[in-house]
Amino acid sequence: MTRTVCPPQSAPAVRVRGLNKNFGARRVLADLDIDIRPGEFVALLGTSGCGKSTLLRILCGLDTQFEGEVAVPSRRGVAFQAPRLMPWKRVWENVVLGLSPPGSLADAASVLAEVMLEHRAAAWPRELSGGEAQRAALARALVRQPDILFLDEPFAALDALLRLKAQQLVARVWERHGFSVLLVTHDVEEALLLADRIVLMCDGAVACQMDVTLARPRDVSGPGFGAMRRTLLAWLGVSGDV
Amino acid sequence: MNTLLFRQGGMQIIVPRPQGRSGLPRPVRRLLGPVLLLAVWEGAALAGWVSPDTLPAPHSLFTTCRELAAGGELAHALEASLARVSIGVVTGLACGVGLGLLSSLTALGEDLIDGVVHMARTLPWVGLIPLLIIWLGIEEASKDALIALAVFFPVYINLVSGVRQVDPGLIEAGRTLGLSRLGVVRHVLLPGAMPNLLTGLRYALGSAWLALVFAEQVNSLNGLGYLINHAREIYRTDIIVVCLFIYAFLGLAADFSIRFLESRLLAWNGAFATS
Repeated sequence: MTRTVCPPQSAPAVRVRGLNKNFGARRVLADLDIDIRPGEFVALLGTSGCGKSTLLRILCGLDTQFEGEVAVPSRRGVAFQAPRLMPWKRVWENVVLGLSPPGSLADAASVLAEVMLEHRAAAWPRELSGGEAQRAALARALVRQPDILFLDEPFAALDALLRLKAQQLVARVWERHGFSVLLVTHDVEEALLLADRIVLMCDGAVACQMDVTLARPRDVSGPGFGAMRRTLLAWLGVSGDV
Repeated sequence: MNTLLFRQGGMQIIVPRPQGRSGLPRPVRRLLGPVLLLAVWEGAALAGWVSPDTLPAPHSLFTTCRELAAGGELAHALEASLARVSIGVVTGLACGVGLGLLSSLTALGEDLIDGVVHMARTLPWVGLIPLLIIWLGIEEASKDALIALAVFFPVYINLVSGVRQVDPGLIEAGRTLGLSRLGVVRHVLLPGAMPNLLTGLRYALGSAWLALVFAEQVNSLNGLGYLINHAREIYRTDIIVVCLFIYAFLGLAADFSIRFLESRLLAWNGAFATS
């Protein structure tokens, strides 16, 4: 199932070469190379502790203690596992926080409408449900018109139904806006539902990759889904049977 | 049959309690305590159990209060005392916030300031009165400085601990949103530390009144403290008690103003929401 990725036609949106990172004596990222093409949806899959969150923090610019070559777009949107909304700012103020020139309520409203949260623009974050808060965080990432969206397990804290809705929402905004996405997840089905390409990380390096050629919109019961799922689980060292 | 069922862990009937207690509304009930206390006090005075020289009756306090107000002494004393508190609080607050920010935002500031402040904090500030008088003179400056000192420590300590308690995840989020260092301070650290800062300010205002009382006991020529000292010399217990009540009301007013600030500045925090 492993295929070599097509050579990029244009300059990659993300280009990482020979990335190394140590926490004390422990090597977290080991000579990691990765490219993400403009508009490509990449899912980064791996067991916990494989270094995927560390890689994401470096790509977001939050961690600059590393060695190697890293190039990312300057317009980036980030959504974390926790919504991380400022509790002292109303939802719309959270959305436009950090924009320059400063964003208005109207700017926030249009992007909040996109995540179906327009009616909550004036609410305090504490008044939002978990799913609403996560959507507000997504709106905050989208308002920056990013060239790449970094998503760090953004659906992990949601219940199964909300997660499905949130995944559909991300697929929809990605198709509409055409930015690249790097989704860090440990959910095999989520990766298969959303990604063009799945990159499996192991011990701080890319272990293998898979192009997901399934037609969109995708369905866990669709043809080919089960086979890809079994392959991925085997790579992760798990048999798919319960 | 019924008894048998219960022995086996059978049914229990839960009877609904009638909602809402009949009778007086809560604010009225809360007023009852103080009113009752005043009544006992007045009764004891009228019955002659307490000499007016020891503790004057409440009704005579109103008369004293009217006399003082009519003579202009009360307004004059209040003006002097409020001016001292205002100058001291503003100075102490400015120093506390300024040094607190320096200490919590820069590593150098923390190393230079924090240790010194925590050492100085162990000094009881009342003990500094003689030194302040030698340094700043017996006039207003030493009194203002004492109040400023009493305000500085709670403001500084609460602000610093508030900034340190801000969720690092929010600081990271702010950075990924493109906030500058100053932007992180303005939009993340300061609002995050605001609940602590207001707690510090509330405590500081309490200390400020205390410092005012101490400062005014020493060679004041005006102010509430002067009024008290003068009353002691002419043996007017009623004036002393009236002044004590005024101190208490001023403290209460300060507390209400902090509550008002909290309801405005901390509306985002459910605990302080007014609606």
